[in-house]
Amino acid sequence: MLAGATAGLGLLAMAGGAAAQVRLDITKGVVEPIPIAVSPFAGEDVGTRDIGRAVADVIAANLESSGLFRVIDRRAYIQDPESLRETPRFAEWRPINAQALVTGVVSRPAADRLVIEFRLWDVFSGSQLRGLRYELAADGWRRVAHQISDVTYERLTGESGYFDTRIVYVSESGPRTQRVKRLAVMDQDGHNHRFLSDGGQLVLTPQIAPDGRRVAYFVLRTPVPQIMMLDLATGRSAPLGEFPGMSFTPRFAPDGSVLLLTVARDGNSDIFSFDTATRRTTQLTQSPAIDTSPSFSPRGDRIVFNSDRGGTPQLYTMNRDGSNVQRISFGTGRYGSPAWSPRGDLIAFTKIQGGYFHIGIMEPDGANERLLTRSFLDESPAWAPNGRIIVFTREDPRTDRSRLMTIDITGYNERELPTPLDASDPAWSGLIP
Amino acid sequence: MRPLFAILPAALLLLAACSSTPEDTLGSDEQAGGATSSVDGAYGAGGAPTELGDGSSTVIVEEDLFASGAPGSQQDFEINVGDRVFFGFDSTTLDDDARATLDRQASWLFQYPATSVTIEGHADERGTREYNLALGERRATAVKNYLVALGVTPDRLLTISYGEERPVDPGRDETAYAQNRRAVTVINLVN
Repeated sequence: MLAGATAGLGLLAMAGGAAAQVRLDITKGVVEPIPIAVSPFAGEDVGTRDIGRAVADVIAANLESSGLFRVIDRRAYIQDPESLRETPRFAEWRPINAQALVTGVVSRPAADRLVIEFRLWDVFSGSQLRGLRYELAADGWRRVAHQISDVTYERLTGESGYFDTRIVYVSESGPRTQRVKRLAVMDQDGHNHRFLSDGGQLVLTPQIAPDGRRVAYFVLRTPVPQIMMLDLATGRSAPLGEFPGMSFTPRFAPDGSVLLLTVARDGNSDIFSFDTATRRTTQLTQSPAIDTSPSFSPRGDRIVFNSDRGGTPQLYTMNRDGSNVQRISFGTGRYGSPAWSPRGDLIAFTKIQGGYFHIGIMEPDGANERLLTRSFLDESPAWAPNGRIIVFTREDPRTDRSRLMTIDITGYNERELPTPLDASDPAWSGLIP
Repeated sequence: MRPLFAILPAALLLLAACSSTPEDTLGSDEQAGGATSSVDGAYGAGGAPTELGDGSSTVIVEEDLFASGAPGSQQDFEINVGDRVFFGFDSTTLDDDARATLDRQASWLFQYPATSVTIEGHADERGTREYNLALGERRATAVKNYLVALGVTPDRLLTISYGEERPVDPGRDETAYAQNRRAVTVINLVN
């Protein structure tokens, strides 16, 4: 689709000497969003100016959605895009309180090629923070806009970005007793939406590989429901492997070669690992309880999972070979669907307590549990690749609608992620290579 | 696909004569787990529970077993035996009602030894989707194990979990959830 976008290679200039004033400290709990101006990119004709405006729109929407930036209304800008080909007149940006400014230029060296130059400026010190030049296929501008968003986000927050990513999820329609579920994939902002299955089969819990090229998902079909692996390039699906019962809850290891899964047989669910290279299956848990919903730590050395071995569903961790099991959830309530943050510092989970569902986070040893949401039915948290945003499913009992929501780990900035139809079971890709 | 003959124990049929009056509708049938709807051509006109026979007294009926609720059909099974059992929250325990239903299912399976079934395990939505897949599998297996303990051959009993994906009641309250926490025994169509 957008693979034609070659990454920007040329570093235009780095004003490394000037100490940047604008930098967000997000180690504190609650942050005051950075006021930032995103000028439409200049162009050489109507066509490139249209693209320049669209690129700025994408960047502005991304930064705004993060909750860490407040994008200043374009109508307040004094300096016009074309004159921003040169160093900005900072005196015209300080009055509208822009702490940072994004500018750029779009040109078309050939009919099917574009060049996008981008600069990020510190308005108060009057210095350039980043400058990059991208050469790309003409249809690749949206992806480059996401990459520019990531560069901007990283430069100003000190954390890695997450905008050049995709989300796979389950699109839902039809009555609750006969729900039709289809695999779907979209950019993290909802664009480039594409269905990956036709709804003829009940599909659940997709996971996207770290390389973004494969999707593992569960298909509930007779006689034995099982995990399938979809190659996004070819559109072909095949069973992941042969297992001694229903296989479900696929999860990729950080390197993408191994998957964790649950196998249910004879009334007992246990966690297995499956090596896609050797096709070897290894059983990791042996308890007669339900053991399910495994998730790797980012280093791949530990696994968090859900088990009712203690009488109610709780969270446990173990080594990747199944040894050294530790219970980490101790609060009242029932826990499920844990997801280890890509940053390693937190585990997100679903908690059911007092008639409500919550999305919560805790440290890997169970310390400092915090509930971020509360509703009739919130579940299936998944992490943005920078470990700062969680996407999850919310069902509203009054409307019977099921939607994707995002929330920051501070518990602020809860937003709906719009989808064409109802939605559930989101999974976030890594940054697209 | 269409078995022509079914060997039926007369006692199970309640009244063999019913087969000649297909327009009979059902009254309240306490055996059927509350099924009270009118079903054309269904057996089981009586309201009183019936002792299950030992299969020694038989009658041969020619009928499309899967279209009309004929003896041996899914409809017969649902109405005269009870195709489902219910569970408490996050429980796989078979209570007295469930065991009584499964006792009848076992007897019915003895009457129709060529029949195999799939036991579908279901959960309500008050758990995570993945946990509920495991829970549904555990419920289906609990039913299977009970039937096996009564003497039904295990390879006649397939199991599958639907988790919370196929509620029978779309409601969002405990009344609905109680209906959705179930295991349903479905007669497999034979080729």
